[in-house]
Amino acid sequence: MELYMSLAIGVLFTVGVYLILSKSLLRIILGTSFITHGVHLLLLTMSRLKTGAAPLLGEQAESYVDPLPQALILTSIVISFGVTSFFIVLAYKAYQKLGTDDMEQLRGEQNE
Amino acid sequence: MVILHLAIILPFIFALLAPLLNRLLPRVHTGWLMLPVPVVLFAYMLSLIPVIREQGDLEGTIPWIPSLGVDFHVYADGLSLLFALLITGIGSLVLLYSIFYLDKNKEKLVHFYVYLMLFMGAMFGLVMSDNLMVLYSFWELTSISSFLLIAFWHKREKSRYGALKSMVITVFGGLAMFAGFLLLYVMTGTFSIREIMGDASAIANHALFIPAMLLILLGAFTKSAQFPFHIWLPDAMEAPTPVSAYLHSATMVKAGIYLVARMSPIFAGEALWLWLVSGLGLLTLVYGSYRALKQVDLKSMLAFSTISQLGLIMSLFGLGSAAALYTGTAQAEFYSKATMAAVFHLLNHAIFKGALFMVVGIVDHETGTRDIRKLGGLMSVMPITFTIAMIGSFSMAGIPPFNGFLSKEMFFTAMLNIRTMELFGMEAWGTLFPVIAWVASIFTFVYSMLLVFRTFGGKAQFDKLEKKPHEAPLGMLISPVVLATLVIVFGLFPNLASYSLIEPAMAAVHPGLLSPGEQFMVSISLWHGLTIELFMTIGVATVGILLFLMHKRTAVLNQPLFAKAILNRSYDGGMRMMERLSGAITRVYMTGSIRHYLIYIFVFLILAIGMTLFSEDALKVDTTGFADMTFYEAAILIALVLSSVSVLFVTSRLTAIILTGAVGYLVALFFVIFRAPDLALTQLSVETVSVALFLLCFYHLPKLKKELVSLRFKLGNFIIALGVGTIMTLVALSASGTRPFQSISHYFLENSYKLAGGKNVVNVILVDFRGFDTMFEIVVLGIASFGIYSMIRLKLKEDGAEGG
Repeated sequence: MELYMSLAIGVLFTVGVYLILSKSLLRIILGTSFITHGVHLLLLTMSRLKTGAAPLLGEQAESYVDPLPQALILTSIVISFGVTSFFIVLAYKAYQKLGTDDMEQLRGEQNE
Repeated sequence: MVILHLAIILPFIFALLAPLLNRLLPRVHTGWLMLPVPVVLFAYMLSLIPVIREQGDLEGTIPWIPSLGVDFHVYADGLSLLFALLITGIGSLVLLYSIFYLDKNKEKLVHFYVYLMLFMGAMFGLVMSDNLMVLYSFWELTSISSFLLIAFWHKREKSRYGALKSMVITVFGGLAMFAGFLLLYVMTGTFSIREIMGDASAIANHALFIPAMLLILLGAFTKSAQFPFHIWLPDAMEAPTPVSAYLHSATMVKAGIYLVARMSPIFAGEALWLWLVSGLGLLTLVYGSYRALKQVDLKSMLAFSTISQLGLIMSLFGLGSAAALYTGTAQAEFYSKATMAAVFHLLNHAIFKGALFMVVGIVDHETGTRDIRKLGGLMSVMPITFTIAMIGSFSMAGIPPFNGFLSKEMFFTAMLNIRTMELFGMEAWGTLFPVIAWVASIFTFVYSMLLVFRTFGGKAQFDKLEKKPHEAPLGMLISPVVLATLVIVFGLFPNLASYSLIEPAMAAVHPGLLSPGEQFMVSISLWHGLTIELFMTIGVATVGILLFLMHKRTAVLNQPLFAKAILNRSYDGGMRMMERLSGAITRVYMTGSIRHYLIYIFVFLILAIGMTLFSEDALKVDTTGFADMTFYEAAILIALVLSSVSVLFVTSRLTAIILTGAVGYLVALFFVIFRAPDLALTQLSVETVSVALFLLCFYHLPKLKKELVSLRFKLGNFIIALGVGTIMTLVALSASGTRPFQSISHYFLENSYKLAGGKNVVNVILVDFRGFDTMFEIVVLGIASFGIYSMIRLKLKEDGAEGG
């Protein structure tokens, strides 16, 4: 399973980076979400998958999966959500003000 | 030794006080308020002459950074004393001269005197310092204050150019010298010059010895305007004339010579030292004297003359170092005559060149031009100035009975002596030395004559001048008269200087030559018999007079050979090229396109991680212990990959957002499968809100059109994206294959209920074991929401001004 997950993470990263390198602002923000998903799955995969029950002690299981990466991912989800929502609004305001979402046109002045 | 320290600090104190004193006594020319400083210092230095001669050197120390071995250690011996007397003596005269030269109402006097006092203190400290780091500090301070003084009339383009050029070149050399000092420290473990001298024989074979020597010489050559670093000096002539007289003839340009003389006990005896110092000195001597012939501006002529005379002194110090090879024998004394000549000429040059600069300043002041082609016939109008100019120039040319004659004779003696040396290939090349010296002396003779007779002799052409020339005011004449008197006094009674100044200075340059208590016996007489040197001088005068008379006709001298100023052009061209090159490089990679920067970052990431993976042989995939894949998992995996990949091909904005949402929900499903209920919950809700936000905002954006880009654009992006994806897969595989140590999670699992009283381990970690993370994650969310709120409230006005 880890092998296939690693491949899927690679796909997520490829798609994310490809989107980030494009011209449209919307694609770039979507690209960051893909990379975020890739990172979260990577964190989870690195701690080995399915080694036991969910980390709820009420389960009375023999073994549990590693709870620490889950805590880290949870923090990360929230932070990336905050950042993404900020970016979305920023992109929206930038479009309103500048009238374009083409990154090549958002280069700023020459010789500033 | 508190007094010596105080003496060094005194000019700095006055530099600080100058603005205040000027404010308190606004009617007095600031120069009068500053004049006591060098006079008092000069008197103090004079009082030290017998002390040092009779009781030995003075020293004293004030700790500065003791843990690094940097102490404000002052040391006064014969050499320091000679320089200190020059600095303070000529400093007094220059100050006096500047009082009459600079107009009280037109010039910013406070600036001038603050810079000048800074320079004086720095120069004084430089020659008194024993600690290399302190010496370097003062060295750079002279560069900086010289920079400020050259650009004193900062509204002129040429002043700024000259100041910048001198700054770049001298600071370049200063930095090299600093590196050389550090190498000396590495070899000996001390910054004290005297202690390093003690170790000199021990480090002579050290691998860093030659590099240290070359770096220190680079500093000395740039400061003392040796070929090919002399180019800053003629441009520094844009400075006010008192500055040129003081800094660029008598003191600062001799700092490099001081350094060579001071370091001589360490490096002398090395063939490279002898050849570099004397060879480059001679080259500078010939080149400078030849170029001086070509100048039409009096100050430029004096600048090149200074360059050539500095070369002369430098070459003499180089030859004098030969004495170190023959300790304690008659031969040593034979070769040390070069050092004697160097020290004597150092003194003479400072005196007559100071006078000449002041004369040129007077001519400039009274006629409004320094152009030799416009001047002439001033002899009858300015008789005193003419007399001083004649004395100075004849001394420079080496005509008896002036002091220049004596030092020139001694210079020839040293050059002739070196032929007899049988080391370092001197037997083959030694004969060249007197020949070059002789030719250079002829050039010197000719330009000295030009200087006097073009300016003061010939036909008067007063109609070309801006002002009607007349004799300078008395105050302006005092200083050059004093200097001219000294020229004659040292010419007629040279032993006045030899006993008090030259012998102690020689003892400082050749510390190993004398047994304790012994002293150099220097006796210079005006008439020393019919020697080869005398005939050489007669030859110089004869050929010189012939050349001077034929100056207009001789093709050799009028030929614009070198007139193209190759060195200046290459300096300017080099500067321009560096600017252009760095500009071009920056323009190539700083494109302003965010895509390009991201490409640099991703390419670097791929290369760095990829190369590390292969070079460290880290790419190991160990599939044992990997979990199995069930049908459901495979289905979700395929759905995830498919929906991700299809985002790349959709053209509708809505589809792209929904597909991204789908990927998010699939990730949530994975969280379910991989036993992470909290993650699944959070991911589901966050994804929902995100998608809503996307839709909300991008409803207003233009339709996601198919990007009209070239195939190359897409292909490049794709290759980089694929590279990043591959690298991440490889990292994931090789990381999950190995597990160097046990996870700490068993602690959380064991103690979650026992210590924290919670059964949901993930939540316990978040709020209990690692509660800090959560706190700041809340802060992040708070900041994001505040940011979003203020962005939405922010009203953007049409003119770009912001308000809310």
